[in-house]
Amino acid sequence: MVPSSYYLALAAILFSIGLFGVVSKRNILIVFMCIELMLNAANLTFLAFARQSGNMAGHAIAFFVIAVAAAEAAVGLAIVIAIYRTRGTLHMDEVRVLRD
Amino acid sequence: MGDRAEMAVFWIFTVPLIAASLGVVVTKNPITAAMSLVGAFFCLAGIYVLLTAHLVAFLQILVYAGAIMVLFLFVIMLLALQEEILGVSRIKVMQGFGALGCVGVFAVIYRAILATGPRMMPQVGEDYGTVKAVGRILFTQYLLPFEATSLLLLVAIVGAVVVAKQRI
Repeated sequence: MVPSSYYLALAAILFSIGLFGVVSKRNILIVFMCIELMLNAANLTFLAFARQSGNMAGHAIAFFVIAVAAAEAAVGLAIVIAIYRTRGTLHMDEVRVLRD
Repeated sequence: MGDRAEMAVFWIFTVPLIAASLGVVVTKNPITAAMSLVGAFFCLAGIYVLLTAHLVAFLQILVYAGAIMVLFLFVIMLLALQEEILGVSRIKVMQGFGALGCVGVFAVIYRAILATGPRMMPQVGEDYGTVKAVGRILFTQYLLPFEATSLLLLVAIVGAVVVAKQRI
């Protein structure tokens, strides 16, 4: 039997990798993929704790997380297309109309 | 399944999973990153099966590796990215600081995990994590969030069409 701490450590590794991608990458698409990776790390934590406590509430939460991630990807990619159409770039630092 | 066999399966899925997720962040090409992410999602589905979460593992493959990543690939192909757009990245020093911060975050979480101590997984019943059992929870205890999710997906569909369409 694999102890639950292994799964939690794996989720922590995945979350850290995703966080590194979000802070260091400047391509909007890759940043989106890293956000998906972080959501998956959260899902893994939910499932590990659900397995450890023996009830299935974590499975329901993971289901909702997957649905929210699908919605987020659809809207986010639509925004990426709109930005590329109006500004012609995918570099995050060049999209700063609201900041200036 | 025996203890050693389960541990072996865990490592068989974990090593490619970490390699594929590192592949997402080290590459500059979005298509390579997307394909690495598909591989990572498949390995993660294997880990979910190991956690006896069969329904979530199937949803992972269907929704994530199927629907979401195809959407990503469509957008990447649609935008026809040039080299000068792909080549940009943060300066190396800033990347180093980012990596340092992420290692710090990992250290904090890992310390918290160690503080909880090694917990063995309990034995679970035959129907744990099956479609029937999870579906029963979804339609009784979590009925309101379930219906709210359908509304959220509807809003997301309309929003995506409104934002991405040139002229409505």
